Amino acid sequence: MTIGRRQVLAGLFGALPMAAAAADSAYAIKPVAVADGIWMIHGADEPMLFSNGGAIANIAIIATPVGTVLTDAGPSIRYGRALKTVAEQLTRQPVVRVYVTHLHPDHGMGIAAFDPAIVAALPGTIADMKRDGSGFSDALYRLLGDWMRGTDVVLPGRSIDQAAEDFGDRRLRLLALAGHSAADLALLDERTGTLIAGDLLFLDRAPSTPTADLDRWRESLSTLATLPHKAAIPGHGPLDPTGQKAIDQTRDWIDWLDRTLRQAASSGLDMVEAGDLPIPSRFADMAAARYELQRSVSHLYPALEAELLPRVDVKAE
Amino acid sequence: MTRLLLWTVAVLLSPCGWSGAAWAGAPYPADRLGSPMWEAHARTLFGDDPVRFDPRVRVLFPQIAENQRSFPVVVDARGVGRVERMLIFADLNPIPVAIDYRPAGADPYVATRIKLDQRTPVRGAVRLSSGEWLVSGGWIDAAGGGCSAPPVSRVKGDWAEHLGEIRGGAWPMAGGTSRLRLTLRHPMDTGFVANIATYHIDRLTVADARGETLGEMDIWASVAEDPAITILPHAQAGAPLAVSARDTNGRIYAAKIMVARQSPFPSGGEAP
Repeated sequence: MTIGRRQVLAGLFGALPMAAAAADSAYAIKPVAVADGIWMIHGADEPMLFSNGGAIANIAIIATPVGTVLTDAGPSIRYGRALKTVAEQLTRQPVVRVYVTHLHPDHGMGIAAFDPAIVAALPGTIADMKRDGSGFSDALYRLLGDWMRGTDVVLPGRSIDQAAEDFGDRRLRLLALAGHSAADLALLDERTGTLIAGDLLFLDRAPSTPTADLDRWRESLSTLATLPHKAAIPGHGPLDPTGQKAIDQTRDWIDWLDRTLRQAASSGLDMVEAGDLPIPSRFADMAAARYELQRSVSHLYPALEAELLPRVDVKAE
Repeated sequence: MTRLLLWTVAVLLSPCGWSGAAWAGAPYPADRLGSPMWEAHARTLFGDDPVRFDPRVRVLFPQIAENQRSFPVVVDARGVGRVERMLIFADLNPIPVAIDYRPAGADPYVATRIKLDQRTPVRGAVRLSSGEWLVSGGWIDAAGGGCSAPPVSRVKGDWAEHLGEIRGGAWPMAGGTSRLRLTLRHPMDTGFVANIATYHIDRLTVADARGETLGEMDIWASVAEDPAITILPHAQAGAPLAVSARDTNGRIYAAKIMVARQSPFPSGGEAP
């Protein structure tokens, strides 16, 4: 009996083998030059996991005559500090602005490493972070453990109310869009035509939908498609040198997802069955596709059933 | 000596003698999931009945518990023989059992959504007509609090306006079976939220046109808010089904559903 209980306890603690080992883990931050004065840090194309420290979102570093600009800051204060060091070594200029593209914690919790006065986001993003920040923080601490040590919820100090911001002779256009969340910021570097799209664009990594409005997302994709941009940095996945492939693929996925889940709900399938539906072969190389489909079922299915299944209740006899 | 040996052989070969000797008060099979609650739950749920782990009982759920208030689970025991009862339970939930289903005139299959209060084994157990229980399941990681957070409709404040609304449909499958999908609006209060007493649907019955029960289930507050349920009653295309449910305040809810003429799937009603 004693042995049995020990085995059980070993089994329970065995589930958390890395919590202690990771105390001094450091993020490997490797910026890659993608245009004149712009570097991209490609996050892991995976779910948020202890093994990747939550560093799954893409980050952009932009050198300007008046200082360094960052777009998104990663999941934790440890990431934010490392990012600041790497970016300032690269550009030899201090960070003067950090944009947060939307509320999700893989993009925004790292702003804890910066002075809130230089951190800017759309008003809707700041309101969402105020509402959901502590919940996100709890979820990340549970998932990432020591990677999160010292990270507090910090809100951006600057609300974006202008269509562009000038950094010396480098102008960044600021596009207030929505659909992946209630407020999605995309940036266009006018000098190089590089589009930094936040999570409005995914490439070869399945889009996530916890706060999505698919119709508004489609409208935002149409807006992005008309921009005079060249390459695009998606929120997740590799650089898109064409600037259009990520737009098309993101639209293809959300159209397929919408159609498939509508058909599943109106055919009476359960959420487990909907999450196990076949994924078309054109998405075969997309990372985290099954994982994101099952998450999307959780996000979207109850509302679809309420919309698509008819009322059948009658007066009880 | 010879007589003793013969007697022993007789006991070993006799099904009754063997099971009586082996199972009376005997321990349950060692839990493959290493759950600290396995024996306690087994004692409560299975008593002295024989129990065995059997992967032919398929317990299906997503790879991630995206929402700990509403986690979908399917228990599919088609192909193990005649099933009298089906349980869905989560070892480490404060209300472990979610559904206790008797598929009297239905294929042994049940789907629903449950609350998860923490990382836990989620299991299906089915009792065959022989009295034996077959058990299967797996661990799922989950953020805490699925059973102790207030229901969304309580926070929104509109639960009473929609109480008892039922949506659903039924579609024919191969072999005279149908797929019945139901969603019911109900807060399914666990009693673990301050100042909100336990209040949940506790019974659901599905009957055919003659009033014969095809399936009935006891339901606990560990079933997610606004319960969603799939069962596979034996009913032909065009047949009417009568659904009746009751909650812990004694309120009765009813629905009438006609099995559709056609399956939405080419594969005889099975999901693709």
